Amino acid sequence: MTTILIGALRVWRRDMESWRRYYRASLVGALGEPILSLLAIGYGLGKFVTLGGVSYAEFLAPGILASAAMNAASFEATFGAYTRMAEQKTYDAILATPIGVPELVAGDVLWAASKSLLSGTAVLAVATVAGLVQSPWALVLPVVSLLIGIVFGAMGMVVASRAKAYDVFTYYFTLVITVMYLFGGVFFPIESLPPWARLVAWTMPLTHAVAIVRACMAGTVDLYVLPHLAVLVVMLLVAYAVAVRAVSRRLIV
Amino acid sequence: MTDAPTPIIEARGLRKRYGASEVVCGVDFNVGPSECFGLLGPNGAGKTTTIRMITCFSPPSAGDLTVFGLPVTQHRAIKARLGLAPQEENLDPDLSVEMNLIVYASYFGIPRAEARTRVRELLAFAALSEKAGSRIATLSGGMKRRLILARALINRPQLLVLDEPTTGLDPQARHLVWERLRDLKRRGVAMLLTTHYMEEAAQLCDRLVVMDHGHIVSEGAPDALVERHVGRDVLEIATDGDPARRAQIEALVRPFGARVEPVGRGVVIYARNGADMPGMLGALTGEQVVHRRGTLEDVFLTLTGRELRE
Repeated sequence: MTTILIGALRVWRRDMESWRRYYRASLVGALGEPILSLLAIGYGLGKFVTLGGVSYAEFLAPGILASAAMNAASFEATFGAYTRMAEQKTYDAILATPIGVPELVAGDVLWAASKSLLSGTAVLAVATVAGLVQSPWALVLPVVSLLIGIVFGAMGMVVASRAKAYDVFTYYFTLVITVMYLFGGVFFPIESLPPWARLVAWTMPLTHAVAIVRACMAGTVDLYVLPHLAVLVVMLLVAYAVAVRAVSRRLIV
Repeated sequence: MTDAPTPIIEARGLRKRYGASEVVCGVDFNVGPSECFGLLGPNGAGKTTTIRMITCFSPPSAGDLTVFGLPVTQHRAIKARLGLAPQEENLDPDLSVEMNLIVYASYFGIPRAEARTRVRELLAFAALSEKAGSRIATLSGGMKRRLILARALINRPQLLVLDEPTTGLDPQARHLVWERLRDLKRRGVAMLLTTHYMEEAAQLCDRLVVMDHGHIVSEGAPDALVERHVGRDVLEIATDGDPARRAQIEALVRPFGARVEPVGRGVVIYARNGADMPGMLGALTGEQVVHRRGTLEDVFLTLTGRELRE
């Protein structure tokens, strides 16, 4: 356990060192998109919508935060990890050292999650300035962003480790990530979905992430947050285990 | 055979199967401390697979394989003491030359201050000090090979595994790499080397095995292998591809116990040791004979044939 954690931090540091070369472009991409969505949809479209007494921007902000965290980690863990695994052979170089597959995967998932932490915190800052945050519970949102990032980072690694080429990620983003973004409670309450669709929505990690973030921003945190957290933790553990297995099968043959 | 007390590598009945095809079919060898051991063979002989098993990248299907006396399942402990220079260039393109080594040192848990000292030494060793801040994309092929070698030495390994260390290099770059490898040998680093260059094997290896189709077909010191399989003397005669001329020459040298092989538009005559050289040269008077020493290349072609392998 300690070996894996120490190894993971070493891999994380490698990713950090390489990111320093191009962080400006990366920051604009990771932070610009969610913030612009929040402003354009929240205030532009929001003028025409009210939702149970709260402004639309207030409703939307938690969803944008959660989906920004989802996107940041998903991109890094698919395109980024696949490049290191298949194109640059960075994984092979790392595995020739005492670093094993579990710590390699954990390190890259943590790195993907770090990008979520960054994106989530940026959205939180904008939402706070815009007066969309109602509760000191929002202070835990950077940690929640990190958790969301770990979930989607591990899921992305599962996809990356089985990919034969980059085009697989197009399917993943269109059929999985975008579906969650549109139907996971970001833009409208999932209660407005038909019952069967609501059931499907609750199988998606983003739905639980949005529920947690919304409770933190609105100050409605109660024990009902715990099942959402539990679902995310189970999903990340399963995805991590599957990713470790898949990366081993791909590289240790 | 070496009678070292604890071999650095010991393989017994080592096998690797992928589905129905077996690529390493029960090989036995050991590598002693400070020894440079060569794995030779055509493409598809099982060399790289053998190296992958030794470097813990490929679990053996059967047999025993220990490195530093440890079973290869203990990969972290083995890799801490091992340096690998892979065939494929896998330097980190996102990092500078210097950072490649510093970050690599961190995987071994080498503290940054210590890593910086080692990196300075290794860049000097690899003649790359002036390139410390450069990006990988700006390096020549020879520089990349040397950086890979430097990277493989960052943990001061007891065993250095080199998979085709000079493939694609120009003669100058190749000689520089050889010189560095001889330095390391003098310092007592054991080496396992694969190569397609017989001269490289002859220059560096204390002992080697020739592999073909997953089997070891011969083992020994380079000179001993030459003596055993081709003899010290080799004659080459151009026959313009004329089969009648070839038959004539074969008939002339057969009484002397020599082996004749058609090569291109001529023949090669392997005069086994003890063959009556002066007598044979006498019998060939009038022919344009090139008389040269037997080489490892002759051994290689004798053992693995002249057919193309892909």
